[in-house]
Amino acid sequence: MPLLQATGVTKQFGGLRALSNVDLTVEEGEIVGVIGPNGAGKTTFFNCLTGMETRTSGEILFRGAPLPTRPDRVTVAGVARTFQNIRLFHNMTVLENVLVGTHPRSRAGVLSAIGRGPRYKREERKAESTSRELLSFVKLDGLRGELAKSLSYGDQRRLEIARALATDPGLLLLDEPTAGMNASETAGAIALVKAIRARGIGIVLIEHDMRFVFGLCDRVAVLVHGEKMVEGSPAQVQSDERVISAYLGRPAE
Amino acid sequence: MIPMLQRALRIQHTWNLPLRTCQAMAAAAFVLEVVGTNLAWATYTGFPGLMSLSFYPAGARSYVLALSVALALVAVRFTRRRQAGIWASLASFALTLQTLIAISRDGGGLVNVSAGAWITLLGTILGIIAFVALPDDGAPLPSSWPRLPRVLDGLAVVAGIGAAMLLLVYGLSVDPANQFVGLVIALIGGLAALNRLGLFAWLGALYARQQGLSLALIGLAAISFPFTQNGESYWLRVGANVGVLAAAAIGLNVVVGLAGLLDLGYIAFFGVGAYVAALYGNAGLGPSRGHIPFLLIVPLGALVSGLIGVIIGAPTLRLRGDYLAIVTLGFGEIFRIVVNTYDGFTGGPNGLANIPDLAFGSFNFGLPHKVFGITLQGFANYYWAELVLIAIVVFVFSRLDRSRIGRAWVAIREDELAAAAMGINTVAYKLLAFGIGASVAGGSGTIQAHVATQVSPDSFVFMQSVLLLAAVVLGGMGTVPGALVGAAILYAVPEKLRAFSDYRLLIFGVLLILVMRFRPEGMIASKRRQREFHDTEASGSDALSAPPGFAGAVP
Repeated sequence: MPLLQATGVTKQFGGLRALSNVDLTVEEGEIVGVIGPNGAGKTTFFNCLTGMETRTSGEILFRGAPLPTRPDRVTVAGVARTFQNIRLFHNMTVLENVLVGTHPRSRAGVLSAIGRGPRYKREERKAESTSRELLSFVKLDGLRGELAKSLSYGDQRRLEIARALATDPGLLLLDEPTAGMNASETAGAIALVKAIRARGIGIVLIEHDMRFVFGLCDRVAVLVHGEKMVEGSPAQVQSDERVISAYLGRPAE
Repeated sequence: MIPMLQRALRIQHTWNLPLRTCQAMAAAAFVLEVVGTNLAWATYTGFPGLMSLSFYPAGARSYVLALSVALALVAVRFTRRRQAGIWASLASFALTLQTLIAISRDGGGLVNVSAGAWITLLGTILGIIAFVALPDDGAPLPSSWPRLPRVLDGLAVVAGIGAAMLLLVYGLSVDPANQFVGLVIALIGGLAALNRLGLFAWLGALYARQQGLSLALIGLAAISFPFTQNGESYWLRVGANVGVLAAAAIGLNVVVGLAGLLDLGYIAFFGVGAYVAALYGNAGLGPSRGHIPFLLIVPLGALVSGLIGVIIGAPTLRLRGDYLAIVTLGFGEIFRIVVNTYDGFTGGPNGLANIPDLAFGSFNFGLPHKVFGITLQGFANYYWAELVLIAIVVFVFSRLDRSRIGRAWVAIREDELAAAAMGINTVAYKLLAFGIGASVAGGSGTIQAHVATQVSPDSFVFMQSVLLLAAVVLGGMGTVPGALVGAAILYAVPEKLRAFSDYRLLIFGVLLILVMRFRPEGMIASKRRQREFHDTEASGSDALSAPPGFAGAVP
């Protein structure tokens, strides 16, 4: 059973068809890249998967069951994401950001938060130790007490990943994880994505850095004008005529 | 004028006089002020504060004297702390000027101002110049405050809270409005100067180390307030009124400060509680003539109010942004108009009058009682009942704030979409905050009905919602002490300034603008808010981010 199976995902904005009949399958522990020119519908596809936009039609199965259509329920079901334009909780500390991520994996309600019984304390300790572990996993453990907004750009990207991992996902959607990073930060990101896979988490990533995509992904799907043009191994995609012309244009006849 | 003041109060400066010159000027200012405050300020008797006597500094003169002594200490001990010096000298100047104007106005001309006032004024001007001209080394706030041994730590907490209590009691006893304004000016200047010297940072750390003791002492001070009133009821009534509104302000703080939902009709929930108490409490003014005992009517009022909050919130909290503000504004009006219209049930525009005092068994809240030989007027009982209510609300608030739920609220305030992506059911959590806020308002409203002995639609107008919101913003969003201080200032200080009651809203407006400009995180800021507004400043960027709905902090 595949981890994620999306079939026929379509999104219509008025007269504009942003996505038409996109299929994508992700197996356990797989890294899948989604590439395509600007405006091809990559982020819209992520938004439809995570319920941030309602899809016009299409079916999405996660671990064999239909994926809910509300963002918080999608996360509870086990699909987490990061955002293209980083969306951290800027005025919370680094640790607090990750603690918020543990929300769907804890249950304390109003009464137990007021009463603070042993179960509440146990849960809170566990959330904190998970968060600390994740922060050291993304190498931010020295910055726990800093405000998220005071972090450097690359650190903010990694914090966003740690926060998404705190929701304990089976599938992680990364929207341009290396945007705005320099070469050494990108190298770090490659190692990080591999380490996430090693934790048994499937990954779908949108990326414009081709070296990053082709060096990392098991499979690459190319979206052009809302349609999936090609899907295959990096080598197949790289040599496909249609992809080359979509990116570079056709040679003059 | 604002940029000029700003330049003086911030780091930039224009003249760099030598240190020695400045010190000499500060010394001269000190001498002039001591001499001036010991001479007569007014030629006629009758001006409050014994201004016509020589060698008897009283009233405003004593405040100037105290400020000048402080100024001299600053000059000697912390030569480089020009900001503290500027604040203290500005305050003494403003104070002298205010007294001088009052004397000439009451007496009928500047001729009535004696030499003492002029000498002092000269001294204060010299003081301002001395500190403005002081070279600034840009050094951080002094960390030279000593870390005390543990025993002294506790004593310092006792002393600090005791001093605050004495100041409060003294402030309430200062009578003529003129002199009270003088005291306020002196306090603002003096406290700002002390803040610049790092005293409050030091005290804050001290209280954090001695949290249990501090809380116990603050509670004790609050409980003992009625004993300082010599059996009079005036300030106890004010205290009882402030108490209910302070509890409501903490509730509003959950909605606005934590979850970031702008509620402009909050007073309506307060009104719901008040009407529940009037109709079904021991007043029994409802058609059922029912009598529900006090201990049940408070939770009942809270429950009804909370339910209405959930009903109002459920459809609107799905929307983002400012829609909620508009809907709550509308709800506040609907409540008022409905109450006004259904006069068979609610008494209409006349409201419900003659609500009897609360009774708890055979104990009547309205009667004076003798405790330890001190007669306490009835309002003391209400005041204490409200303290209990506030204690409960504070306890719940602080527990929720530092929990999974509080984190979810703050996350929603920060970025609703990202919060949803973290698995937070944003609608449910917003509804929870809204409902908790509404029920706190309802609970305090039930007590308010008895304190005021009547309820009418006029008490629950839009302006009251705005004032409560102003109390929260002024005091500091997201903190309990902030809401308490804000409510106390907005509702107690006007009692002192009845002479200026026509200008009440004008003064509030100016005060709010000043707070937003110079201390956008509020008077008592949560750590988070303080960093929100000042971390960027420290790193050299001017980009302050205003919380949504409260623009105005950004020039």
